[in-house]
Amino acid sequence: MTADTKFTGQTFKSVGTRPLRPDGIDKVTGRARYGADIDLPGQLVGSILRSPHPHAAIRAINTSKAEALQGVKAVITAADLPDLTNGNKELFDILDNCMARTHVYYDGHAVAAVAAVDAVTARKALKLIKVDYEILPHVTDVDEAVAPGAPVLHKKCFTQGVEPKPKKPSNIARRSEFGHGDVDAGFAKADVIIERTFRTEQTHQGYIEPHACVASISPDGSGELWVCTQGHFVFRQHCAELLGMDVSKLRVTPTEIGGGFGGKTHVWAEPVALALSRKANRPVKLVMSRDEVFRASGPTSATSIDIRIGVTKKGRITAGDATLRYTSGPYVGMWAELGAMTSFACYDMKHVRTVGLEVLVNRPKTTAYRAPSAPMAAFAVESVIDELAGRIGMDPVDLRIRNAAKKGTRSSYGPVYGPIGIGPTLKAAKEHPHMSAPLGENQGRGMACGFWFNFGGQTCTDLNIAPDGTVSLTVGTIDVGGARASLALVAAEELGIPYDQVRTVVGDTSTLGYNDMTDGSRGTFSSSMATIMSARNAISILKERAAKMWDIPVEKVIWEDGCAKAVGKKHGNLAPLSLAEIAEAAPNTGGPIAGHNELVADGAGVSFATHICDVEVDPETGRTQVVRYTVIQDAGKAVHPTYVEGQYQGGAAQGIGWALNEEYVYGDDGRLQNAGFLDYRIPVCSDLPMIDTQILEIPNPNHPYGIRGVGETSIVPPLAAIGNAVSNAFGVRMTHVPMSAPRILAALDEAQAAASEDVETA
Amino acid sequence: MAQHEVKLWSALRPFAQGESSVRIKARNIRELFARLEADYPGMVPLIRQGIAVSVDGTLYRDSWDTELPAGAEIFLLPRIQGG
Repeated sequence: MTADTKFTGQTFKSVGTRPLRPDGIDKVTGRARYGADIDLPGQLVGSILRSPHPHAAIRAINTSKAEALQGVKAVITAADLPDLTNGNKELFDILDNCMARTHVYYDGHAVAAVAAVDAVTARKALKLIKVDYEILPHVTDVDEAVAPGAPVLHKKCFTQGVEPKPKKPSNIARRSEFGHGDVDAGFAKADVIIERTFRTEQTHQGYIEPHACVASISPDGSGELWVCTQGHFVFRQHCAELLGMDVSKLRVTPTEIGGGFGGKTHVWAEPVALALSRKANRPVKLVMSRDEVFRASGPTSATSIDIRIGVTKKGRITAGDATLRYTSGPYVGMWAELGAMTSFACYDMKHVRTVGLEVLVNRPKTTAYRAPSAPMAAFAVESVIDELAGRIGMDPVDLRIRNAAKKGTRSSYGPVYGPIGIGPTLKAAKEHPHMSAPLGENQGRGMACGFWFNFGGQTCTDLNIAPDGTVSLTVGTIDVGGARASLALVAAEELGIPYDQVRTVVGDTSTLGYNDMTDGSRGTFSSSMATIMSARNAISILKERAAKMWDIPVEKVIWEDGCAKAVGKKHGNLAPLSLAEIAEAAPNTGGPIAGHNELVADGAGVSFATHICDVEVDPETGRTQVVRYTVIQDAGKAVHPTYVEGQYQGGAAQGIGWALNEEYVYGDDGRLQNAGFLDYRIPVCSDLPMIDTQILEIPNPNHPYGIRGVGETSIVPPLAAIGNAVSNAFGVRMTHVPMSAPRILAALDEAQAAASEDVETA
Repeated sequence: MAQHEVKLWSALRPFAQGESSVRIKARNIRELFARLEADYPGMVPLIRQGIAVSVDGTLYRDSWDTELPAGAEIFLLPRIQGG
């Protein structure tokens, strides 16, 4: 981090406006090219054979009949993807997940793949592959996986983070702990303590575009990959390592992306497509079906969370304790650890402890989903906070304000906070008209807070001045939500030219230096920082060229309003030179003009949000409708407010689906029962109200324009906000997400039965 | 060169005899990791995997040139993943 990335407090002309996005027309007219829209001459169709069993040893695979089928050009198994991971456990897990080696660990695990001249032939070939399985006991439920006697997925899995090392293997791959103080002493000071267990079911990111790629490996060993991804440089790295290629010999071109939300940060089919292409010596297109996306890409964790919080009658939290069990699929992740870090991060607590347990189960490998792991932890914590407020007769917003973390608070995950924004979001919620609007029959209102770490990362941009003075900006972070428009605004701001004079494109891996993925809410935060520096780099060259054109010292040239201006008594009367005039003269003043920058954009700053939600519950059916929803979040500086609002609304919409409908349903046979959008129901427009947003702008001190990431935090509060709203509608505490109609009806019946018993007892 | 109290999250503590913090002389994050690797070799795999460093509440994942001011609170944390 260099000093010139600090916030300067400048005023803006372009940043903060709402122009049309450059990719909009192509997207709404169908011209935009997504992963499956790429076609190459001689291209084959790739298809993957997947395990129907949740857990089995692979005794043998016979591919001879498939290979003999006319039209089949290649059949691969794990033997065609040899282990080149050199002891790198994380990379080996990626390899094993892409193509099972000795065992299959979930329904849908890939065991072989085919490249054929068409899809029909590929499907026929898959049916001719014979896999000899030894079926093993399985476990898909988080609590059953940690119970004594549960089938153990890996005999060498001894819980990490426990001293002394356990003597028996288990499905708890890792234990992590955070916190400070003495929770027992804290609970001793509490007037009211609530202890509950919460469960959340596994959900999928639900991106509309399935994973799709076209791979082409040349006989000379170089290759190309066109793919929908959140991080083409990371995909290049992983694919090259898994296939034993030099990284620079694999060129990865990102297509448009039809949603990712964390699910496209990981390779699934891409190494398989490359291996098929290498064997067939032809390009191979591989598109996952929706069924495959559900069964064999990376959903978020199912969880089981024990939580205990104590407060005084005056509303001071005295202690909090949580044990969080998160499913990780068959491979260890850091999902429970993230839940443990985020769970109490909104609050100023003297005594707090969180324990995260990564639980292995026979489900697909867990992957990041928008603020990964935080929504489930927030559901548990924010539900109990709300219940405590009711028990001590305090307004839930006031209780949160009273205990909100602030500058100088030791966070529950460790460090002391610098300036943070939860207080302003709570104050804005308190004052928001939504909080005092009247409620109708069978309606309830809830609110909740959420926290997420944002981060930055390695970033690189090019800014090229065309001969007519227009600007081409090339970035290496995937545009998942309007970033091309935002980054064009930033370039326009810095250069002092109109927005429509800048065109932003996402470059391929051969165009730019390495860029980290678009994750951690980093796309606009990081690439805007590099864009500012690229523009400043270009401006310094433009000033030099202007000085040459005027034949004056460069020290006498400034850049202002998109022009070079000469200053000083001697030269101040020279007419300004526009960007177009300098660009036109470039051939004779030193050649092309460009700005370039590479940096590590650290200092993103943590993020907080507060949501308010009204629901209406049908007491006959249990169906719950969100009737009003408000998101309040700090953006630092909203570069393009429409797309900031879009991120807030999108996160809330996904959270609403998670809270009310979405869940992976496994049968006793360990097979996924609802691998399609008919049975796994994400919200559609008619399910949602217009989601209101309030953007707070508290500048990030570590960004020249004060920008913060905004992409993830908005999915953190909805589970709890809706849970609190449902609970407030009927006085029934909901502890199991999704709060689907059957679960709400069951909770209502249970409450009515309890009330009847009370009456009879009385 | 200032000596810092470097606080450890739970995964690192077994490599520091169970201590929740260690004292390290370092001018920047690069020197901090070099010193940790030398003094606590058990931490090497985790450092190579990636560790985030909180300096006075600001998280740094990759900027190893970041200076560690005297008296700053330094906290080592997992390198988090995002979506």
